[in-house]
Parts: sequence; structure tokens; C-alpha cells
Amino acid sequence: MALLTKKDANLIIDPLADNNPITIQVLGICSALAITAELKASVVMAISVIFVMGVGNVVISLMRNIIPSKIRIIVQLVVIAALVIVVDQVLKAFAYELSKTLAVFVGLIITNCIIMGRFEAFALGNGPWRSFLDGIGNALGYGVILIIVGFFRELLGSGTLFGYPVLGDPITKTGLYSIGYENNGFMILPPAALIVVGILIWVQRSRNTALIEEN
Amino acid sequence: MLEHLELFFKSIFIDNMVFAVFLGMCSYLAVSKKVATAVGLGAAVIFVLGVTVPLNWLLDQYILQEGALVWLGPEYADYDLSFLSFIMFIATIATMVQLVEIVVEKFSPALYNSLGIFLPLIAVNCAILGGSLFMQAREIPSLALAFNYGISSGIGWFLAILAIAAIREKIRYSNVPAPLRGLGITFIITGLMGIGFQSFGGMLTGGDEGADSPVPETAVRDIEVKEESEVPASEAEAEKKKEEVVISYNDALNK
Repeated sequence: MALLTKKDANLIIDPLADNNPITIQVLGICSALAITAELKASVVMAISVIFVMGVGNVVISLMRNIIPSKIRIIVQLVVIAALVIVVDQVLKAFAYELSKTLAVFVGLIITNCIIMGRFEAFALGNGPWRSFLDGIGNALGYGVILIIVGFFRELLGSGTLFGYPVLGDPITKTGLYSIGYENNGFMILPPAALIVVGILIWVQRSRNTALIEEN
Repeated sequence: MLEHLELFFKSIFIDNMVFAVFLGMCSYLAVSKKVATAVGLGAAVIFVLGVTVPLNWLLDQYILQEGALVWLGPEYADYDLSFLSFIMFIATIATMVQLVEIVVEKFSPALYNSLGIFLPLIAVNCAILGGSLFMQAREIPSLALAFNYGISSGIGWFLAILAIAAIREKIRYSNVPAPLRGLGITFIITGLMGIGFQSFGGMLTGGDEGADSPVPETAVRDIEVKEESEVPASEAEAEKKKEEVVISYNDALNK
């Protein structure tokens, strides 16, 4: 960590837990819930957001002194939209099946409030290097939640991880299924994502009581 | 006419923006602490969706789709600009939101004061961009249907935020475990409401269209009428009834 001062390192570490964009700042919920039925989609989504956040934060931070504040939202949206088009085209070229599963949610990275939120809160007031770290940190915090939720939903919902069966075969009744275990089909349905995130928030706040909200 | 009706109920209940595809969750969670503000934001969302979805439909039909540029002349027939749709759609939305803000401020200061703070928020509400992207993905065939889709998705979002705001106002007096307070319990309640909305899934797809569809549709219309009639009622009354309606969704389905 010779490259990073302690203050810079905090920019990356803070959003991973105590200032997590999803569970604490309440940003970027939409995509976090919609695509987490499979672990693979969650990982790809996390990587796409890390790319868009890192590059976008640097670009906005470089332009911060020349953007007129009245039209800054449009400028920010155009920067994000251009980056998202790159991500979308790359996905279509190299992972076509996956880009079908993610469908419109790649496009919805544009309106992912994490990105706008960090532009407004950080990149507009800080230099490119610190903005880059902040972008990567927040995107990682987002990715961690996505991967945790995706892990539980795929494991409990279809008994697989990354598409590989890990609990045995439900049809020929091997592994866990031979003693009567059944997949919980509910975990694949959209509402399960909300409940899993709700429980994550519960766990996090019981461990760190400083985060508990007033009623 | 029938396809309009079908799309209308489908977008409100089955493909509800919040419960089925999780769009607009950020503002849904952030602005749902009070019923009054939730109504303001919900109305603004209906309005903006009703304007931007048809506009983006026109853009998609005449500029972006493969071969859409043919009206310029036969030599343009091979162009496919659909990779530009994200940037075009979001530019349309951002401009429209600013335009609407200016027009409303000029002509109706009262409406501006009640909507004003929410309008800029809406440009980054993913329900708006999602509406346009789903419109494109589902290949909605006509301008009138696109308008219908925009309005009815907006109504679906409005109902969702109204319901959660009413529940959150009530839950303030309940004894929720401390770590779950605020955000956590809201997530779990939304999940439970989502399960309720899942039961609408069989409404239009189940069984023979001709034999099955009239019955559930009338049932939904009853609920719809009930809800519309209670929106203007006084606030305290509205939120009380709202909870009853949320429960009665499931009752109605069980019968």
C-alpha cells in the first residue's frame, strides 16, 4: 500500500462495510435486486459497474471546473450513457447469452443512483486520483452486496453456483436431495431479493449498533 | 380496445414497476416516509412517463431501429443505430424533465411548488428510463399503446409508493427490532407486498384467453375503482383504507 496514503485507502475500505452504498447510503437498489437470481449475472453486473464508476468518476472529476452547474445532470448522464454503451457492446460481443439475461438492466446502469450520487457527492469536488479510488471503492461495496445476495439466492433457489450443481442432482436424487432436501423456488422470485437484502441490513446493523436508524 | 385494456392492467399489476422489475427503488425508498410527498412524486412520475415513453417510441421507430431511416431515402435503409438508444433515451428524458420544470414553473406556480423539488430527482429515476427500455424491448406496436404503457406503468409505481408510505406512517408506532428500523423493515415489507403482487401473474396468462380473462379483470376493476375513489379522501382516512386494500388484494384472489 505504498501507493496509497491512509486517507486514500479509507476511500476504498469505508464503502465496503460501514458506508456501504446499498445498505447504508440506499443507492443503486434497483439493479442490485433485479439481476441477483444467478451468481454469474451478479458478478458481471458488479464488474460493469466497477468499470463505469471508475472511469466515469475520473472523467467527471477532470471536467469538474468547466461544467456549468445548471446543466451538470445532463452532462453527467451523457458521460455515463457513453460508458454504458461501451459495456453493452462488449457484453454483446463476448457474452451474448449473459447480455440477454441482463437485458435492459445494463442500460439501467445509467440511472443507477450510485453513479450519479458519487458524481454529485465526490467527483465534482475532488481530484481525479481520489475520485477514481472513491468510484472503485463504492462500486466494490455495491459488488460485494450483489455477490452475497446472488450467492444465497442461487444456492437456495436452484442448488447451483455459477450454474454448477453443488448440492447434488434434484432429478436423480443424489447428494443432499437423497435425504429429502428440496430447492426453495421462492428464492428465485423477485420478492426474495428484497427479503435477503432486508436480512443483510438486519445482520449488519446488529453487529454495528451505531448504524441503527431513529424510528 | 381490448389490447389497450390488457396492456393497462398488465402494466399496473402484473409487471408492476416496483414489485416485478424493481425499477425506481431508490426514490421509492427515499421519499416514502410521508403519504403527502409520496403522492407528489408519484403524480410527477406518471406525468413524465406519459410524456417520455411516446416520445422515445417515435425516436425508436423513425431513427434508431434497423432500417428506420428509410424515410430519408432508400440509400439509408441499411443503417442500424439501435446501439445509440441509451444515450438518445436519456437525453430525451433529461431534456423533457428540464422543459417540464420550466413550463410548469411558468404557468402553474402552485403545481410547481408541490412537484418542484421532485422533478429534477425524476431524471435519474430508473423507472423512467426503464419504461422506455422495456417499451423498446417488448416492441410495443403503436404510439397509442406506447402512451398507454407509459401512463399505466406510472400508475403502478404510484400505487406502490402510496401503499408503502401509508404502511411506513403506521409502522412508526410499532415495536420493530432496533436493527431493522427504517430501511430494513421497509425492504421486508416491500418483499411481502411483492409476493402479494406475484399472485396477479396468472390473471392474463392463465388458461384460455376467451374463457378466463373476463372474470379476473372485473375483479381487478372493482379494486381499482375502490382505490381511485379513496385517493381524494382525507389523508388519515386514506391511509387507513389503503392498508385494508393491501390486505384485500389477497382476499380477493383467494375467493
